[in-house]
Amino acid sequence: MPDKYHIKAAATPGRFRRVGKFGSVDWREDCSRCTNCVKPRCIYDTYKKESAYNRDPSTSVVPLYECRGCLSCVQGCTKGLLGIALNPEYLSMGDEYWKPDIMATTWNQADSGRIPVSGAGYRGRFHGPGFDSIWTDMSEIVRPTRDGIHGREYISTSVDIGSKPMRMSFTADGKMVGEPSVLIDLPIPLILDVPPWTIAGHALSKARLAAGKALKTLTVAPAAEVAGVPADQLPHFVPLVGSEGLGAAEPILRQVRMAEFIDWSKALDLIGQAKALNSGLICALRLPMQAYAADRILAASKAGVKVFHLCADLHGQEIGSEKPRHIKDALREIHTRLVKEGMRDEVTLIVSGGIALAEHMAKAIICGADLVAVDTTLLVALGCRVCRGATGKTHEDHCAAEAGDLDTAYAAQRMVNLMSAWHSQLIEVLGAMGIREVRRLRGEVGRAIFMEDIEREAFGDLASK
Amino acid sequence: MTGVAEPAISAGGEPQVTVERKVRPMPDRYRNALGKYSIGRSADCVGCGDCAKLCPTGVHVKPDGYTFALRPRDHLCLGPECAKTEHYCIAKCTKKALSMARNPTVDAMGDPRWTSDLILSTWHMAETGHAPKAGLEHRTGESGGGFDRIGFIFPESPAKVDPAKIDTGLDLNRRGDGRPQVHIDLPVYGGGMSFGSVSIHTIVAKARTAAAWNIFTCTGEGGYHDRLKPYDDHVITQVATGLFGVREDTIQRVRIVEFKYAQGAKPGLGGHLLGDKNTPAVARMREAVAGNALFSPFPFHSVYSVEDHKKHLDWIKEVNPRTLVSVKVSTPTDVDMVAVGSYYAGAHIIHLDGSYGGTGAAPDIAKKNIAMPLEYAIAKVHKFLVAEGIRDSVTLIVSGGARTAWDVMKAIALGADGVVIGTAEMVALGCVRCACCESGRGCPRGIASTDPELMMLMSLDWATQRLINLMSAWREQMVEILVKLGIPSTRELRGRSDVLYYAKEAQS
Repeated sequence: MPDKYHIKAAATPGRFRRVGKFGSVDWREDCSRCTNCVKPRCIYDTYKKESAYNRDPSTSVVPLYECRGCLSCVQGCTKGLLGIALNPEYLSMGDEYWKPDIMATTWNQADSGRIPVSGAGYRGRFHGPGFDSIWTDMSEIVRPTRDGIHGREYISTSVDIGSKPMRMSFTADGKMVGEPSVLIDLPIPLILDVPPWTIAGHALSKARLAAGKALKTLTVAPAAEVAGVPADQLPHFVPLVGSEGLGAAEPILRQVRMAEFIDWSKALDLIGQAKALNSGLICALRLPMQAYAADRILAASKAGVKVFHLCADLHGQEIGSEKPRHIKDALREIHTRLVKEGMRDEVTLIVSGGIALAEHMAKAIICGADLVAVDTTLLVALGCRVCRGATGKTHEDHCAAEAGDLDTAYAAQRMVNLMSAWHSQLIEVLGAMGIREVRRLRGEVGRAIFMEDIEREAFGDLASK
Repeated sequence: MTGVAEPAISAGGEPQVTVERKVRPMPDRYRNALGKYSIGRSADCVGCGDCAKLCPTGVHVKPDGYTFALRPRDHLCLGPECAKTEHYCIAKCTKKALSMARNPTVDAMGDPRWTSDLILSTWHMAETGHAPKAGLEHRTGESGGGFDRIGFIFPESPAKVDPAKIDTGLDLNRRGDGRPQVHIDLPVYGGGMSFGSVSIHTIVAKARTAAAWNIFTCTGEGGYHDRLKPYDDHVITQVATGLFGVREDTIQRVRIVEFKYAQGAKPGLGGHLLGDKNTPAVARMREAVAGNALFSPFPFHSVYSVEDHKKHLDWIKEVNPRTLVSVKVSTPTDVDMVAVGSYYAGAHIIHLDGSYGGTGAAPDIAKKNIAMPLEYAIAKVHKFLVAEGIRDSVTLIVSGGARTAWDVMKAIALGADGVVIGTAEMVALGCVRCACCESGRGCPRGIASTDPELMMLMSLDWATQRLINLMSAWREQMVEILVKLGIPSTRELRGRSDVLYYAKEAQS
């Protein structure tokens, strides 16, 4: 049995300015300096840390945002001078998809690599669009034992990328027909993709490459952008080739295991040229998630391409469609088409865009992806507040993530920490479902509860109003 | 000793304590009770005291001999709705010294499931024993789904029902298997909370409330604390996968034993008690090492089939021939099959715990994503049990998402016999849902904490009375709903989904 996959997380506090959810309102001018002050009694020492900051401004400002909103001080102050308010800066982060709570939990996970655990029940909305309309299933009593991340049994999160022919064929004289199958076995069902924008220039790509190696996965980066990739990182590097052609990328294509080719009219020709350079190269076609994606995949698959990377937008929506669907719906259609054509097991589907939380990874796989590619969340791990979404670079001049020293090791470790937390959460979900390996989760819609279906089943007979 | 009734003796040989079922005002234990609105009194006030005479809810108080009124008791204010009345202090103040504004702190409290209105109205009920008259939405939250989209269709001319004769009681043994009947006076009882996850004051207050209302509370999986013994007849011993504190004695002394297969907030995962909260006292109860995080396994490693499940139930029934057995499960896709399997294995009570229920600690990914919300599961299981022809042979208890008396009644109309609550009790004790119960010293407000200093923030008498008041307020609302529907008992409401509607769009 191979060694258990383990991601080495290490405490790496963020170097960017944190934005907390709560801010205190303190009417100090009315304070009577009584001996019953609630501030020293804050069990999180929030006021003590604030006091230390007031005496020495060089102290970190982070503690100012550590208020947990328990309201003990508000309710206990002798004269009722304290209040807590939602921090407007916190509320203004991100957009309707990349919500402030996503930023906060991503930062915490990137700090430590730990799974977010909290008390009290779920506090969000009952359901929502996209992934928020899916619940993952669990298995109750009749099932083999699984103990999640604390378990004694190994839950595999490995996936394969590459051509997976259903059977081997041989000529009459015993020679194999076609090329031997080449697979890349990843221990985690995600790769690191190119973020929709960059911060701090090339340091980010280097950090992504270092993180990809540490995670034993792959990192996609434009071939021209990353010069001088260290030899030990080459097996984890996936050069991205566009309409500029192979050109300068040729040397690197001879050394790597996989490359992605942006879909355009001559993309399949370029793939053929790349295969000629390196017969063992796995060539993925990178195409936007659009209504025609299923047709394109079927056609390209028949032409020999077996790996597809579907890119949705920042919010997990189809690109350029009149009525864009969320990737959960688009993926289910593509997956089902491939199943009907009898081709699903021959191809690998990678999906990216809008993968913001660990649960999205599991749900995308349930909807039919083999694995996901993460992009924007890597920036969030470094302090990005996704203020440059579809509306443009609104805060370009004072990017929170670019503040401070963005060295490669720091950035890579925060990405590794985040993915470590995601990996653990994936195992929790798989464990709850009683599924021993993530490969079996692909397209397994029977292990999910879709809102539309359950609403019909449970409430279909209720009067409507 | 003539004239003094002998105390009942529990099966465990313990004299049982009786607790009076009586509403008594029990104000917030903090100095400043939080209100939705803040009332300001400026320096223009001349201390005439008219506002104190005017306000019927007691916002303004001017004790005899005082020059000025006390700081306004904001939390009793009815808000802008009061402007329609004759006792609107803001307009009536001759010096224009009073002002009203929304309290910004309230906006920092709560969430779509438990809105600040729901928290404040639960506090109001725990303080007064009655639902708030105005100013607070005390029936539904703003989650945009489930109970928050389900409403009652009240007939214009309901059958006449005498409120005094409405029956909210429930018999829990429907199997007719010769085991004793267990009757409860409300279709509601307290959920399992372990010693370790919550303080001993919280646990005993729940038990005392159960004794007062003739309902139940549950040990959770942290063991059976000695201080629960005077309330044995109202305690459910939970047998969870960690088996903490499960002994013959703790099974034999109670009238109901509950198998916890899973918990709604973390279905598919075992119990979590992080190391910080495993204090020496908690560790002694659990026969564990203090300071170590205790992660219970999942599931029972001795149960891989319905036959194994039956073996478990038979084991409990053999150890205690008079007990009823409850099976607590969460809500997977096949929850209906699980319920039927549990019935055939011999369960008296099937307890569904929905995925949005409370917890002392759980991974966020589990709370939000794993298994279905309760509302779906009730309807699904009830219909299936009816189709199987066994609906009247088993008691269906549900939990994990019922926040108000209105939620309870909706759950019953969807098909449940009764409801188990947890978070609502915690809120009545002062919880603000800050979600900090899981680690460190635990709850900063002393409810879900075993820290010796923090747990003393709340006295047992205060906590007990708050919960008794809450149950009283809830019963009043149940009666109000039944009168409006013209249905004389909660038993007859069960499965009456014809009195419910499902709103097309979220009401929030």
